[in-house]
Amino acid sequence: MSEQTNHTEHEHHVTSPTVYIVILFSLLVGTALTVWASFIDLGPWNPVIALAIATSKAMLVVLFFMGVKYSTKLTKLTVIAGIFIFLGLISMTLSDYMSRAWGRW
Amino acid sequence: MSDSPIAGPAHGHGALAEAGDPHHGEHPSYQRHHFETVDQQADATNFAMWLFLLTEVMFFGGLFTAYLIYRNWYYPAFVAASHQLDVRWGSLNTLVLILSSFTMAMGVWCSETRRRNGLMLCLTLTFILGMAFLGIKTIEYHEKWEKHHIPGLHYSLQSFLDPASDEAAAKYGDSPLPLDMARHTELYFFLYFAMTGMHALHMIIGIAILGFMIVRARAGAYTNGHVTFVENFGLYWHFVDIVWIYLFALLYLISRHQ
Repeated sequence: MSEQTNHTEHEHHVTSPTVYIVILFSLLVGTALTVWASFIDLGPWNPVIALAIATSKAMLVVLFFMGVKYSTKLTKLTVIAGIFIFLGLISMTLSDYMSRAWGRW
Repeated sequence: MSDSPIAGPAHGHGALAEAGDPHHGEHPSYQRHHFETVDQQADATNFAMWLFLLTEVMFFGGLFTAYLIYRNWYYPAFVAASHQLDVRWGSLNTLVLILSSFTMAMGVWCSETRRRNGLMLCLTLTFILGMAFLGIKTIEYHEKWEKHHIPGLHYSLQSFLDPASDEAAAKYGDSPLPLDMARHTELYFFLYFAMTGMHALHMIIGIAILGFMIVRARAGAYTNGHVTFVENFGLYWHFVDIVWIYLFALLYLISRHQ
């Protein structure tokens, strides 16, 4: 606990409404984009693009609406660790299901 | 985490002078005794909220994983079943939920900048948009009920095998499916109701808390410098929004082109 205020560690960043409006419009554009893209036949790329757009939207929500961009290092670490473990669990489970019946599809 | 007396706009000095006894004279009344500073308390609460949200990520993650595995196994059936969903309702609901996330974020801002009326307006708008989401979901669920597409409760294989014989399915002009595909559509709808139902349950809980917050905000809560509750509720609401962003992509969109 130092006497110096460390602004990067400071909890009470107030995000301005301008930022929220910009994020709102980005999310709306993302939604329009993903609906539009879903009607075009891109073969195996359809789910990839849908998930990529969904993830970009989720990132915007996490970073700005949820304020992780301006939060403490502890919160950032918590969020990153959570996503990492989640992706680890999903990829291990899916790789198990996919490799178990290898060659017997 | 600083001991600085200037703790940003959320912690004005109005609350400092509130309590008369020496114990509370040093800090705002909403600071708990086991925390050294208001900032430390806010950091700890924020951390705890994120830990809760991570358990929620794991919970929904299990559902998403089950969906991905079954979609891989019964791909044609899942494609056919996903065409039963109306992408227009799904898009409209995405729009509604994104707007509600925005109004919630603005609510946090109003709380931070101590605008009581603004906060009440934002919370009320979020409440209304949340209700609108559930209303649209009800329209969608009702259609599924009409068409006998609710596994375990109101399900008819016949409506997939021979839609012409089923009054509701015939009305929507569905095309018949072979038996093995028709059987596996039940799995799609089971996962659809499990996932969107769990999401809707989170919305209902969120709306109930919003109602409580509107009443409290009217009495002047959250605009006295103590923003933690609004802030952490905001995290919950945005999380529910993120779950929907993925549900929309996975349930409505990825097989749309086929």
